[in-house]
Amino acid sequence: MTQIIDTKTVKHVAFLVRMGISDGEAQSFSQQFSAIIDFFNLLNEVDTHDTPPATQVIHANMVLREDAAQPSMPREDFLKNAPESEEGYVKVSTVLGEE
Amino acid sequence: MELSSLTLRSAQEMLRSKQISSVELTQAMLDRIRKIDPQIQAYVTVTEDVALEQARRADERLATSENVTPLTGIPFGVKDCLSTKGVRTTCSSKILENYVPQYNATVIDKLADSGAVMLGKHNMDEFGMGSSCENSAYFPTRNPWDLTRVPGGSSGGSAAAAAAGLGLFSIGEDTGGSVRMPAGFCNVTGLKPTYGRVSRYGLIALASSFDSIGPMAREVYDVAAVTEAIAGLDKRDSTSSTLPVPQYTQSLGKSVKGMKLGIPKEYFVAGMEAGVESAIHKAIQQFEALGMEIHEVSLPHTKYGLPVYYLILFAEASANLARFDGTRFGLSVRDGAEDVIDVYLRTRAAGFGDEVKRRIMLGAYTLSAGYYDAYYLKAQKVRTLLRQDFEQAFEQVDALIAPTCPTTAFKIGEKTADPLEMYLSDIYVTATNPAGIPSLAVPCGFSQGMPVGMQLMGKHFNEETLFQIGHAYQQVTDWHKQLPPLG
Amino acid sequence: MTKYETVIGLEIHAELQTASKMFCGCSADYASAPAANTNICPVCTALPGAMPVINARAVEQAVLVGMALNCTINPHNTFARKNYFYPDLPKGYQISQYELPIASEGWMDVPADLGEGTQRIRIRRAHLEEDTAKTFHRGDHALIDYNRAGVPLLEIVTEPDFRTVEAALAYATNVRAILRYLGVNSGDMEKGVLRFEANVSVRPIGSDELRTRTEIKNLNSFRALTRASAYEVERQIKLYESGGEVVQETLGWDEARGVTVSQRSKEHAHDYRYFPEPDLPPLQLAESFIESFRAHLPELPEAKTQRFLRDYGLKLQDAALLASERSLADYFEAVTAQTKDSAKVVCNWLTGEFMRQINDRALSVDSIPIPAAHLAQLIDLAFDKTVSGNTAKSVLVEMFQSGRAPKDIVEAQGLGQISNEGVLKEMVIKLIADNPKEVASYLGGKETLLQWFMGQVARATKGKADPQAVKQLLLDEFEKLRK
Ligand SMILES: [Zn+2]
Repeated sequence: MTQIIDTKTVKHVAFLVRMGISDGEAQSFSQQFSAIIDFFNLLNEVDTHDTPPATQVIHANMVLREDAAQPSMPREDFLKNAPESEEGYVKVSTVLGEE
Repeated sequence: MELSSLTLRSAQEMLRSKQISSVELTQAMLDRIRKIDPQIQAYVTVTEDVALEQARRADERLATSENVTPLTGIPFGVKDCLSTKGVRTTCSSKILENYVPQYNATVIDKLADSGAVMLGKHNMDEFGMGSSCENSAYFPTRNPWDLTRVPGGSSGGSAAAAAAGLGLFSIGEDTGGSVRMPAGFCNVTGLKPTYGRVSRYGLIALASSFDSIGPMAREVYDVAAVTEAIAGLDKRDSTSSTLPVPQYTQSLGKSVKGMKLGIPKEYFVAGMEAGVESAIHKAIQQFEALGMEIHEVSLPHTKYGLPVYYLILFAEASANLARFDGTRFGLSVRDGAEDVIDVYLRTRAAGFGDEVKRRIMLGAYTLSAGYYDAYYLKAQKVRTLLRQDFEQAFEQVDALIAPTCPTTAFKIGEKTADPLEMYLSDIYVTATNPAGIPSLAVPCGFSQGMPVGMQLMGKHFNEETLFQIGHAYQQVTDWHKQLPPLG
Repeated sequence: MTKYETVIGLEIHAELQTASKMFCGCSADYASAPAANTNICPVCTALPGAMPVINARAVEQAVLVGMALNCTINPHNTFARKNYFYPDLPKGYQISQYELPIASEGWMDVPADLGEGTQRIRIRRAHLEEDTAKTFHRGDHALIDYNRAGVPLLEIVTEPDFRTVEAALAYATNVRAILRYLGVNSGDMEKGVLRFEANVSVRPIGSDELRTRTEIKNLNSFRALTRASAYEVERQIKLYESGGEVVQETLGWDEARGVTVSQRSKEHAHDYRYFPEPDLPPLQLAESFIESFRAHLPELPEAKTQRFLRDYGLKLQDAALLASERSLADYFEAVTAQTKDSAKVVCNWLTGEFMRQINDRALSVDSIPIPAAHLAQLIDLAFDKTVSGNTAKSVLVEMFQSGRAPKDIVEAQGLGQISNEGVLKEMVIKLIADNPKEVASYLGGKETLLQWFMGQVARATKGKADPQAVKQLLLDEFEKLRK
């Protein structure tokens, strides 16, 4: 059975991940996504009733960090990469619906 | 000095015996890049000043014989997904076209400490998403063996550079075959180490639970030497292993007699190019001649490897790539945007290529409310089974052998129309990453003039065994010495 | 007409007092940062390739709080990515604990709604996460400071067990006291180190349904918590009574107008797409590690209150007040141990004039400027009748001003009380001799004149005479005259 991911779903997902897409793109993504998801559905034939999900592949002994403050990286270098900055802050367009 | 056939090991000897200085070697490499690379386009950025400065310092170390490591003075290139301080790092994406990091990846620091000389950054499929290097936002890299063909991906630039002698080794990155598949296409030796063996700190993440940084070079010795330099615990990467790093180069040369090599029967089914299959079978005969025992083994969940791999990758990538939002670095499309959300939408639309968009969106879809259990969670469960397959196989054998790809390098443009068909070219290399095991790609012949690669897979943290077997093979074969027909 | 009952659940976001951030080595003390973006690194600004590493101290603090709130500490707990886009969230996801938090299934008793006894509030979970950056809105744009990004947060979530706003307030107050006791949070609400979120719904009394709830976010004070919750309860009741329906939504609190406001915008259509954080292996806490913390757990406010009732015979209200702050409770016990007088007297001092001085001078009980030994000395001076009660109070004021020891102040200013019987007896005899009319009147039955006589002595001695001693002497002399 082929699962259809319609353009409405594509657009919803696109907004979730903040991806601007055109109607034409939504159309072609819809077809591609349906085929890929169909391929993923191959997993449905595996019985995983008693199988735990894998989380970490190798059980490394995680080393926690000692709580000690380190010096900051230089702000000028950081702001050099920022598209816009102002008075040491990173500047962005405002969020609608907020003051 | 014949640069095209120079290996890391022979360069090492020349540097130590003062037949050549690192500055001379580096300058010769830079000249060769200038001459050869325009037809291959392996490099996105060449860092001439950095290289010559590092070479000068390497020469000082070599002159005093102090603090000399096997990599001191050796020029290399690195896939453009490792953060390099002061050197533009793009992931071959428009969204990072002008991003200059202010910190080094741990691997870059380690290489700098060892005295290696960075020539530049390699082209790749955008954010590692692709199997042909055609998904670079800048240009496709070409296969040095046939410029109309792809070098494989996503570490295509790294493989092509190593094959064409544009650096004595490359640092690639393997999320699901991205080192091994292009290594096979370009006739170089490459390692995907065990997950956690090499620090990922500073590696721009594709799939965090798969990503493995690994070297590519002319022969096993070179790869072993580089692995030794870059492996080990890193307190900045919580998934890096506390296990000590063996001296890999010292285990080379041991006999493989009596060791057991497994042939996973599920890998040898319909769909493999005849020339690839016969090259692999000849390699198996070669191992038998070296005294290895050959056993057929079963990895019953093999056919689920690809969907498991892609499902988990899409999910992890969808989150990993959320930080590219035009706020702190990289492309930001602000003109005409009404608010910050609009900036996100426009920036990501303009900055990412189609394959990246597909994967981010599909990843979000499979994680979204109502689908998590059916897709992401299901994939993680089958991943457990994949891993158990390998564990059971390694109870019977020391290593497994398989091709790196069902075909040799395909034509540029051949598979770009259908994303799913492109995914299928990764069929032999993807299962190792969900399992986290190491795998070494070794050249093993030619099919219609194009290189064929095999991979040797081993137990977790058992890179040594793979190097030992690969090295033994390269002692009795000369496939890895074959050079592409370049001017 | 239907009567409604309040149903509230609380989430408390508490910043932990660590030296460094949750997942990187940057200083967590953003309040003291010299300027914007000066406590930053690749990790907390989400530069490509940076990776998180868990702060061991934050884990320890979370374990302590979990224990103090009677939670189960989970030896196997995990981190997850909570995905959403917002300018204050650099990675595009927040690392938080989702499926397996560090602590779960705790409880706290709060005073019952009506009359005596207590009500048990179930605590669903406490989990570690990271704070966001600070955003400053400036008209058509916003400015971001990442100094706060990545500061460790502990989120403590209750079940919807509160039936009154007062119970929610009592719980929140207790949690704050506990966090301060454990030294994991300053409790300084003005700095935003504690933030509340109230999930509010109402239902007809007697029903056990859970109706649609609203979430009031970002409540930064107890006052905002109580006012916003009370407002929301009223709003929902009115809505039901007028035939309306409550819509599930996120609300903000407009302090100035005293109303909750909808934050419905496209930003709030969330689907967080949680999945396990692949950069962090599960956090495994050995049983021995967890148990080692039980020993570190200090006596908490509730237990201390009970002990003060038992050991010192204080009133409940006083015991609870003294126990509400660890430093105050410690001070009380230190003074009590050093004075000849009783714990009750110490308590009266502390809850009376002493507290007034602390409040008037805007001091914190964390930094009481008077050594316990000095206060004990003052109480002893009063106990020995070296100074009168009123004098002692003015000596205390002087102690706050100058920091000097009470004995020094009394000596220097000659404030010592005259309790020498010889001196006082002489004065009393002279007083009686000088005022025959008043004496006759007193002896004739106008006994209220006793106060007048005492007042005369007080005036002559500038208040330094021990009134009890003067009274006794007067009574003795009058008795002699009667005979
Ligand atoms: Zn930081």
